[in-house]
Amino acid sequence: MIYSYYPGCTLKTKAKELDRYARSSAQALGIELAELPEWQCCGAVYPMARDEIATRLSSVRALASARDLGQDLVTLCSACHHVIKRVNHDMASDEDIRAKVNNYLDLPEPYAGETRVIHYLELLRDVVGFDELKKKVVNPLKGRKIAAYYGCLLLRPSKELGFDNPENPSIMEDFIRALGAEPAIYAYRNECCGGYVTLENNGLAQKKCNAIMASAKDAGAEAVITACPLCMYNLDANATEEKLPVHYFTELLAEALGVK
Amino acid sequence: MHGTDQELAETIRRISGVNTRKCMKCGKCSGACPAFDEMDIHPHKFVSMVEKGDIEALMASKSLWNCLSCFACVERCPRSVEPARLIEAVRVAVIRQQGASHMKPDAVPGLLNDKLPQQAITSALRKYQK
Repeated sequence: MIYSYYPGCTLKTKAKELDRYARSSAQALGIELAELPEWQCCGAVYPMARDEIATRLSSVRALASARDLGQDLVTLCSACHHVIKRVNHDMASDEDIRAKVNNYLDLPEPYAGETRVIHYLELLRDVVGFDELKKKVVNPLKGRKIAAYYGCLLLRPSKELGFDNPENPSIMEDFIRALGAEPAIYAYRNECCGGYVTLENNGLAQKKCNAIMASAKDAGAEAVITACPLCMYNLDANATEEKLPVHYFTELLAEALGVK
Repeated sequence: MHGTDQELAETIRRISGVNTRKCMKCGKCSGACPAFDEMDIHPHKFVSMVEKGDIEALMASKSLWNCLSCFACVERCPRSVEPARLIEAVRVAVIRQQGASHMKPDAVPGLLNDKLPQQAITSALRKYQK
């Protein structure tokens, strides 16, 4: 099956590995990811202000392109997923936003939230299936204890994201098990890393990342995985006390599938 | 922003879409907030102060710049009040004023380092400047 794929800006620059390993793994799994021919930056943060229209347009352009191609839209970066999924929800549920966006874009066919937005991890769970994934692993990550770091943007608000249980998620742990490794379950896996506030109040980001790393280390983790380039940066640069290597989840996937 | 206290509160309600009267004052939002220690006014107070029309104090709060937009308060609110939307509405009410951007594009080169992802700069500019 062919899916429209939205990589996002950071995956073309500082987070190339997140993108590269996702593509090679998808190929190994028989999934075709077709990058949208023209996509624009999602803006990185969901515009919570209901009177902001311009900041929603790039997401709607991507969503409408996928709709016109008759494909589901696959995302990979947590932030892009969060923004595009929530703007899609606005287009489906908020008449005022929908009318203003459509007036502004003047698309050949108005957009009303028709596209299904799927995160790459959801694709693995719901389309491939973790049991099937396990069968395709050629290089099981035996004996490795990995901490899944969810952060905020994939999980919350769960009413809109519908990704997993927001307080006790399991998708990334199931993913880790499918690759043959053991998940380290720790308390801080859905706590915030500090996000963009690293630029405004670096001390706050350091406090958050140190608590996350200490929690993961206490649970016996030897490495942490994430789907978000900003979480990756914060966990790497702002954990100043305890340190663990941080990887994109796709890197482990490609390693296990023998396509790294 | 100009206007009476209630006019300002109405602007915040319009931008946020939040109905502050749904709040039952359980305090879960502030209890869940990972930036609690860095805030002078906490999420539950944003709800009650918007309800009372005390917007100018909110506009001067350092909480606006420390909210992580992590949506913990939104997730855990048993009444779906969405305190983060109020904080966002007050933040945009501040930065939409002429010359009131909290971060200026000129500051960006000084913030960059080899590893910092573009996502961080884009997010911060979206949150802190107009």
